[in-house]
Amino acid sequence: MPEITLTVHHEVGLHARPAAMFVKTAKRFCSAIKVTHGEREANAKSILSVLTLGVDQGAVITLHAEGEDADQALEALTALVNGNFVEGVGAGE
Amino acid sequence: MKMLRGIAASRGIAIGPALRFQKADLHFARCTVEDPSAEWARFEGAIKTACEQMAEVCAIAEVECEPEDAAIFQAHALILEDPELYEAVRARIEEHCINAESALSDAADMYVALLESLDDEYLRARAADVRDVTDRVLRILLGVAASNGVELMSPSVILARDLTPSDTVLLDKSLVLGFCTAEGGPTAHTAILARGLGLPAVVGVGPDLLEIADGTTLILDGGTGTVVAGPDQEAVATYRRRQSVADAALTQGRERAHEPAVTRDGHRVEVVANIGNVEGARAALEAGAEGVGLLRTEFLYLERVHLPDEEEQYRAYRSIVDVFGDRPVILRTLDIGGDKELPYLGLPSEMNPFLGVRAIRLCLAQPELFRPQLRAALRAGVGRNLKIMFPMVATVAELRAARTALEECRAELLAEGRPVAEGMEIGIMVEVPAAALVADRLAAEVDFFSIGTNDLSQYTMAADRTNVQVAALATGFQPAVLRLVRDVIAAAHAQGKWVGLCGELAGEPLAVPVLLGLGLDEFSVNPPAVPLVKQVIRALTLDEARAVAQEALSLESADAIRALVQARVPAADVG
Repeated sequence: MPEITLTVHHEVGLHARPAAMFVKTAKRFCSAIKVTHGEREANAKSILSVLTLGVDQGAVITLHAEGEDADQALEALTALVNGNFVEGVGAGE
Repeated sequence: MKMLRGIAASRGIAIGPALRFQKADLHFARCTVEDPSAEWARFEGAIKTACEQMAEVCAIAEVECEPEDAAIFQAHALILEDPELYEAVRARIEEHCINAESALSDAADMYVALLESLDDEYLRARAADVRDVTDRVLRILLGVAASNGVELMSPSVILARDLTPSDTVLLDKSLVLGFCTAEGGPTAHTAILARGLGLPAVVGVGPDLLEIADGTTLILDGGTGTVVAGPDQEAVATYRRRQSVADAALTQGRERAHEPAVTRDGHRVEVVANIGNVEGARAALEAGAEGVGLLRTEFLYLERVHLPDEEEQYRAYRSIVDVFGDRPVILRTLDIGGDKELPYLGLPSEMNPFLGVRAIRLCLAQPELFRPQLRAALRAGVGRNLKIMFPMVATVAELRAARTALEECRAELLAEGRPVAEGMEIGIMVEVPAAALVADRLAAEVDFFSIGTNDLSQYTMAADRTNVQVAALATGFQPAVLRLVRDVIAAAHAQGKWVGLCGELAGEPLAVPVLLGLGLDEFSVNPPAVPLVKQVIRALTLDEARAVAQEALSLESADAIRALVQARVPAADVG
């Protein structure tokens, strides 16, 4: 199961607009995607569970994906996080 | 005729019949079901309908609201599609064989409790969004309309206990004259959306509001927070006149937004803006601001886990001053205290954070916090017109200590061979009564003052502005506050120093003649208020303003002062 560890640099962390972009991106893929932050784990396609993870700026998160498009999903989410949630990066329509 | 007072949430005057907006009754029976899979299908059907409604709401919001406000509804759409929420509902229906209403309501309670328990103001506020979304689904399950009986057939003033964003956005805005709520504060969604829509709003009026019968004529003054129920003909005529003057002033103000603010007899003052980030800087420039009278720097420090370093601050400040070219930008150093959660500072919580270690007190106590900001500001000002001011100074000793820190940073930067802004003006916020009372001593050691009437009013009147019960006391129109403003301006002018005012008072059209008459040199206001403030100044001569100011200061109440200006300067009566 592919997995990757990333640091969230965005100033508001994985809250507000970045959280919404993250969830929208995850939903484009059919794979099951999990985000872990410390001991907590969230469904990457659930805005409520991503918000309650409490990912602040500078936090390290790990993404796991399982399914036929797992690699593409991780690639898109990584581009989004590393691109600092700039509109259009990773979240492309 | 009955007068009610609330919090002024969105400027403008509305006159029309009251229409009460009542939430639908969402009571339901908690029962078990024989066929959980049919119940789940019922829930899925309701979600599908809710998604269609949300798509409609999002489409309306996109047209009617600012992009930032429309984002509220996109967040709602995501909650509505949340797979974990579905799972929580499905588990409850299938395992406990309960009806969909109970299952949804329990799942919503769980997420609301979870969000409300978090140590983050933003996330706690999301609990209201979960309620807004799940209530929509409950209404569909119960087959009740969004509200009982709001049939907006003719132009009306909407009354409600409180309004959610979806309530607000779904009303036909061509028939809404204004909003008035019993609950809520100036930062409630209703207030934000009303400002975005340009509709007058008064919030936090209290339970008396809900006793007003449908159809009663209401006057809503969103500039002063006044609500008049069942006004007599004279009151209606007065407000109608004000409404038309206001409309004309706004139109003319917008046309002349980029011209300077000069009185009829040629006295020019500066009208600048209060901003908090680079987007605000662009909005201010577009609105006609001649510069920035207050650059709040807190945005760099909030919602994060590390202190912003000098380089990050330098880039942020530089990007803002660059917007203004050679126009003045006044940077206020960090104004923060124990009421804000800055995990990286580990500030102890205080009994009275507004009387505790905050602003300049905190910065002087923590040089590692203060110095990177001073260094960043000194660097960002190179070749630009950047000025620095220190917040919450109460004594001459604090001012001297802050200036010493600034000089040390300058010397350090020069020793490192870095370019540093030359001849930067240094000022202080006058917002503690102590500073106002020793303004003559402080004036000798600054280039300018900027009077912060929001805090000055709170501290002078010993009244918390955010407490609805005493908010009316904490206004800058209080004679006590205006007398301090007068003395501060006089003390500075006696030593050839200039004075600005960056509290909300500067953007109140009724306060402008008084402040102008007291000799204020610079009005710093929220960007949308720039055109109107300029227009009020243009309607006056300096002598007229002085006469109004002198008379105002002899009066005994804030209401009497407002009434005086309304009577003497019709051009300022543009609520």
